[in-house]
Formats: sequence, C-alpha cells, structure tokens
Amino acid sequence: MAAPFSWIKPEPHGIYIPPADCWVDPSRAVDHALVTHGHADHARGGHGETVATPETLAIMELRYRTGAEDDAGEVPHKAVPVEYGETIRLKGGVDAIYIPAGHVLGSAQILLEHAGERVIVTGDYKRREDPTCPPFEVTACDIFITEATFGLPVFEHPPIEEEMQKLLGRLAAHPDRCVLVGAYALGKAQRVIAELRRAGHSQPIYLHGAMEKMCRLYEEHGVDLGELRLVADATKDELRGHIVVCPPSALNDRWSRRLPDPITAMASGWMRVRQRARQRNVELPLVISDHADWNELTRTIREVDAQENWITHGREDALLRWCQLHQRRAKALALVGYEDEDD
Amino acid sequence: MEEFAALIDALVYTRSRNEKLRLIAEYLKATPDPDRGWALAALSDGLDFPAVKSSTIRNLLKDRIDPVLWTLSRDFVGDTAETASLLWPAPDEPPSPPSVSETVELLSEMNRKSVLTELPKLLDRLDSSGRYALLKLATGGMRIGVSSRLAKTAFAQGFDVSVDQVEEYWHGLTPPYPELFAWAAEGADPPDIENLPTFRPFMLAHPLEETVVDLADYAAEWKWDGIRVQLVRAGGETRLFSRSGDDISATFPEFLEILPMNAVLDGELLVRGSHQGGEAGGAASFNALQQRLGRKTVSKKMLAEYPAFIRLYDVLLLEGDDIRTLPWTKRRGRLEALASRLPESHFDISSVVEATDFEHLAEIREGSREDAIEGLMLKRRDSPYIAGRRVGYWYKWKRDPLLVDCVLMYAQRGSGKRSSFFSDYTFGCWDGDPDSGADLLPVGKAYSGFTDEELKKLDRHVRSNTVNRFGPVRETDKSLVFEVAFDSVHESKRHKSGLAMRFPRIHRIRWDKPPHEADRIEALRALIAD
Repeated sequence: MAAPFSWIKPEPHGIYIPPADCWVDPSRAVDHALVTHGHADHARGGHGETVATPETLAIMELRYRTGAEDDAGEVPHKAVPVEYGETIRLKGGVDAIYIPAGHVLGSAQILLEHAGERVIVTGDYKRREDPTCPPFEVTACDIFITEATFGLPVFEHPPIEEEMQKLLGRLAAHPDRCVLVGAYALGKAQRVIAELRRAGHSQPIYLHGAMEKMCRLYEEHGVDLGELRLVADATKDELRGHIVVCPPSALNDRWSRRLPDPITAMASGWMRVRQRARQRNVELPLVISDHADWNELTRTIREVDAQENWITHGREDALLRWCQLHQRRAKALALVGYEDEDD
Repeated sequence: MEEFAALIDALVYTRSRNEKLRLIAEYLKATPDPDRGWALAALSDGLDFPAVKSSTIRNLLKDRIDPVLWTLSRDFVGDTAETASLLWPAPDEPPSPPSVSETVELLSEMNRKSVLTELPKLLDRLDSSGRYALLKLATGGMRIGVSSRLAKTAFAQGFDVSVDQVEEYWHGLTPPYPELFAWAAEGADPPDIENLPTFRPFMLAHPLEETVVDLADYAAEWKWDGIRVQLVRAGGETRLFSRSGDDISATFPEFLEILPMNAVLDGELLVRGSHQGGEAGGAASFNALQQRLGRKTVSKKMLAEYPAFIRLYDVLLLEGDDIRTLPWTKRRGRLEALASRLPESHFDISSVVEATDFEHLAEIREGSREDAIEGLMLKRRDSPYIAGRRVGYWYKWKRDPLLVDCVLMYAQRGSGKRSSFFSDYTFGCWDGDPDSGADLLPVGKAYSGFTDEELKKLDRHVRSNTVNRFGPVRETDKSLVFEVAFDSVHESKRHKSGLAMRFPRIHRIRWDKPPHEADRIEALRALIAD
C-alpha cells in the first residue's frame, strides 16, 4: 500500500492528484482540472477538461469560452458540471465532492477521497452570510488545505451592514456628487449591490462597462440586483447623488473623469489598514471581503479539526504560527500565481 | 477624543490639501479650549511624551499577543501605532473616551514604569479609531499627510489671520497656545514675543532647474555644507536654533555668551578647516561637523578639536529693528557693518561670488567640485526676508551629482505611505572582478528617486527575486542595477566597504544592464572627497 496521502501532491502550479492525473486550480493549462471558483487566479482558460459547478462553468464560459463550441462545431475545452453535494468519480479511484465555500457565485471547496483518506481544498472562502451564494459548510477531513489571504490577526472584517451605512451616509451627505465604489468585477461587485438593495437602497446603480456581463450572469442565476444602468448611457448630471460601481483598476483611471466629483470608495478587506487605503487614494474605505478574516480562518481550522492543515496563498506565516501555538499540525505550501491584491 | 479621532481618520483618507485645511479649521473652530490647542500641537508635532515610545507600545502588545504574530502584523501594516490599535483586545466595558486634554494630562503624568499600567487603561477606554489617534498623539510624528505648516495654515484660515504672523508667534508659545487662540479667535492682543529669544522661520531656496538668471538682479554666494542655523539674542539670553527650529544651544555653548547685541542672525554652522574651498574657504567637511552634532554635553577637547563658527548669510532683526522687509542689498549692508563688531573667532560673512555673467558663474560652479563645495546660492538683490520657500527670490544651484552603477542586494519594507512595499534598498559595488568570482559589498542605502510606478515594479522585482528572508529584509538575487546619484563619498569606519555616501538616491533603474557591468568599489573609492 502506498504511503498515506501520497496521492496528493502540492506543486508550485497547483495541487496535483497523480492517480487521477488531475489538478486542482492549476495556474497553467492542463488536461484535467478541478476548479473551485471563477476568479482568474484559480480558473484559467485552456484546460482540456474542467470540472466545476454549473455557475463556475458559466463564468468560465463567459471569460474563456470553456465548454463552448468553436467555429468548427467542436468543444476544445470541455466542461463537466457537478452540483454541490454530488460525487464525481475520477480516474484511479479518486472521488470528488463539491461543497459550498461561500466565497462567490458557484464557489466550492473540493473534498477529495481516496483509499479512505479525505482531503479538502478550500479554494477561497468566507464564513459570513452572502445573498449571492450558499454559505460555507464545515466538513470533516484528514487534511485541510486552506487559503490564508487575510491570515493576520489585524484583519477583522466588520459586519457588512456597518459598511453599507457608511456608504449610504456619505452618499446622502453629498447629493451633488457620486460615490464611486471600486469592487472586484466577479463577486464583490454583485455582493455590494445585493447588500445595498437589502439595506433599502432602491435607486438605480450605475456600472462601469466591464461589470455589466457578470452582473447579468448573476441575475440569470437568480440573484436580484435591482435596477442597473451603464455609466456610458448617463450624463454627468444624471449620476449626481448615485452610486457607481467599477473595477478597482478604474478608480484612478481617466475613465472616472466623466463622473461628477466622485467620492472614491473601495470595497476590500485590505481597507482595514489605513495605509493600504491611502496607497490606492481611497477616501471612503469599505472593509468588505469575500475571504475569511483572521477569526474565521482560525475558527474554521478548529471546527474542521483536521489531522493536518496545509496553508496556501496569503499570509501563511502567521496562520502557521497560530497552528503551532494551538498544537495543530500545519505546513505552508508555496503555490505560485495567486493574486490577492484586489479583494 | 472621539472628534479628534474622527478628524485624524478623515485626514488620513483625504488627499486634497484644501479639504484637509477645511477639516482642520472646522475642528479648531468647533472645539473648546484647551482641547483644540492640544490637537493643534499634536498636528504640528508640538507634543512630546518621553515615557511613551514606539518600543513601549511594542512591549505592551507583546504581553498581550504572541510576539511572532505581533511582528508579522507590524511588518505588514508598516506602522506600530496602527498595528497596535488594530490588535488591542476589545475591552469588556463599553468605551468611555477621555477628552483630548485629559488624555494629554494622563500621558504627561506617565513615567517609564507607570506607562506600563496607565497606557493600557487609556487604551481600554477607546475604540479602534480612538486608540489609533491616542497612540499617534502619544508617540508624536503623526505621519498622516499633515505637515506642521499645513496645520498652521489651517489655523490661520479658520480664524482669518495671516499664517506668517502665526509662524512668527509660534516659536515663542507653548501648547495648548492659549495666547494664540485668544488673539486669533477672540480678538485679543497678539502674543508679545519681542523680548523672547525665539526662533523666526527661515527663508528657504528653490532648486534652480532650467532657469537662467540675470546677475544684475541676483547675487551669488557659495552654498556651504554645514547646517543652517539661526542665532538669536533677546531679553538677555542667546539661543541657537537648527533649520527646523530645534534649540541646539546646549550642543554649541561657545555661541551663548558671545553676541554683543540683540539680533537674529541667519548663517551656516561650520567647523574650522580647509576642506571646503581650501585655505580661503576655511571650513572643514560636513563629516567634521558631524562629530559635534547631537551631543548633550561638549568636552573641552571637542571644542578644541572641532572649533565651530557661523558663516553669516543674513540678518533679520538688529537692535530692536525688524529689517526683514528691507531688500537683500540693504540687509547685506547692515550685515557687513555688523561683522566688525563680532569676534572673528566665531563669525565670518559668506562672501559674494563675483562673476561677469551667468555663463561665467556656471564655469565657477563647475569648478566647485574640486573645491569640495556643494554649489551656489542665488539671491535676488531686492528680495525681502520671507518665511518659507517663495518662487523667484532665492535659488540653490547645486553642482551635478556623482553617479555610480550599483547592484540591488537587499530590500526592506517601507512605512507610512509605502507600507508593505519593498521601498528601502541596500545596494553594493563589486569588490574585484565579478567574472572571477568577486563579491558585492554593500555601499549605501536609498529610499528615493523613483516614481510610484517604478516603486510598484521594484516591489514586484523584489518579491519575485527573493533568495533569502531576514525578518522584514529580503535578500534579492542581485540581478538589478541602479544608477545611484550622490553628492559626495567619504571614508567611514561604520560600513564594511569603508565608504559612506552623502545623499544617495536612485537616479535611474537600469533594467537593461547586466549586474556584472556594475561598478567596482575602486571606482567609488576614487571619488572620495576627504
């Protein structure tokens, strides 16, 4: 019999499963990929075959034409949908089950089972309630491979309601200006819009052109975002007193000059640190993240209670230290290519 | 304290200077005495609580959180006060914030022992923003993008008085500045500083860039490499101030009994020698002056070995007359007349450099490197003496910098605006032929000279070319060449290379240049000016 867990190998470009010849979230094109969610640092185009939730595959089709026919009527990059909770049998006797991760629409943790051993790859996750996706489910396993984007004790995300009140308060105080909210185009933007609706904001919300398709995709998957309009179709005066949502990269871009004296806001977990907000010239920092904060990371490790924790992309050092202090076995993986700057 | 904390947070996130001025002015108008005075002192670096240091905060936190987690957090956030404000455990009781005055009172009562029990009590009374404001106020140096000048300008705008007058009174007053608020906010008589030996703000110069000036309008002087000082005698007392207005009288006691009249004099503090400008120049290198700086007490030996003198540039007040509004030529005349009444042992006058025209002056400036002089000053002949840096009056015209190609060796994260960026670079030169296996020797450190865009690229370079980590320091693979500019280089026992650069900064990033083509240490040594 093979050594325990020899069927799972962390490599620089992703987690490799030799018996199934399959990669989890590989950062380069491979023949067989299991993808946790649609963010570009986890989901890349060009895989021969991609196994993911139907929502994630819809996002990947939009971005990379995964699962779509080419001009010759062929499907060069195959899509294999798997519902939450459904078991899919891979080669070499490896089972994969996709479990909600609560990160963005379609996001999943992947539970891998082989020879009675259970490994979970979380991808990205959070523990807060989110109107755009089902909540993270704590699932028992032997090895828990967790993200650590906000793996420092300084990161504590406040309740999102408080941040919404900050945003709406500022908007109301400046009826002749607009509030420009920088938010990651997949997930963060739709969550912010949905939370604004929940907070009672029924005014139209204006979008940067790059946001439109993803918002429509969310709507097609049953997420109600209220009335959305494009900045491109509006005059400067029409935008006064309204919220405009754009990708973070557009915040200080020439594009924003067409807006009426915008108050620059950004929705990101990094906004907890004042200097991070200053570096991005943000006037109204909104501490809103789709990742687990420090308390959620440590709570999740305790609740999952795996024999061993592997920590990836983010501030591994601190979470590793916490595991040591709490007598939990842990190691850091050096995976490349994970970007976390825009969350 | 809530209003003050809200002000600090708003200032942190505000970029527009006008908006910052408005925020501070509104706060000062809406806040009662003495809170607003203390707040103004905090914003203008006027507060000092010797018992509370960054290390105090660090130690308090390390008792409450694992030291490794503290260090990792501090390293990421890039600011001790902010890290502590975020990590401080939430108190069981709801916050009961003290006023700014109460805070200041409690802080000033603390000593090195009591701070360990008293500061935590204060922290427990505040929320995260309040803790941040408290720790910033307690440790001084707010680093929130508000200069002392900006705070004073906001005060002046808020109460509709002249900022020059505020500057004038400022150094004669102490926090919480009751006389200043009484004058500006309530129309009382202005503070009386005439008989106080107080610092008057310096007139400063702009760098001369593409401009050509007419020597009929401008006079030239050498730019001496010492420290700019102001010597003031009033009310029977003499004091010596540095450029920032710090009182350095105790470090240079030889000037305290020597001025025979009431006056405010502007000049360069130098040590006797023949390094700058040869025998005629009469001044030693900056290195020699450095032996005297920063000492609390001065031995007789020091006084004898490094005799200091002031090379006078200007006179502001003389025997009861404020002559700052007079043109430079008139003041120069008064200065020259005055010189004969001052002891030669301690004073001389910065001589005017004569040139036929600007081109001739440019030639003279070219020669200044051999004379080990920093460059020239150009002063408009009709310029009054005005506090601060006004365009068109005074220019500094430094000689061109020296350049050397160095290899990036180590990088460290910056603080403040650059927190989490690797922005502080240590670079080296080859100690021999790199193709025969010579090593790099560190020769200097630089934090400036690049744009924000370049900083991002450099940060990325460091992250993806790290070969070793030592706490906050990354060792890189030594693949990137910097063209480093510096004013001069000196022998130094403090550095392994035996060399110390003055004012090194990144001149260009040579992404294109292979590291083995960087300069050798001999090339740098050949530029030594000592």
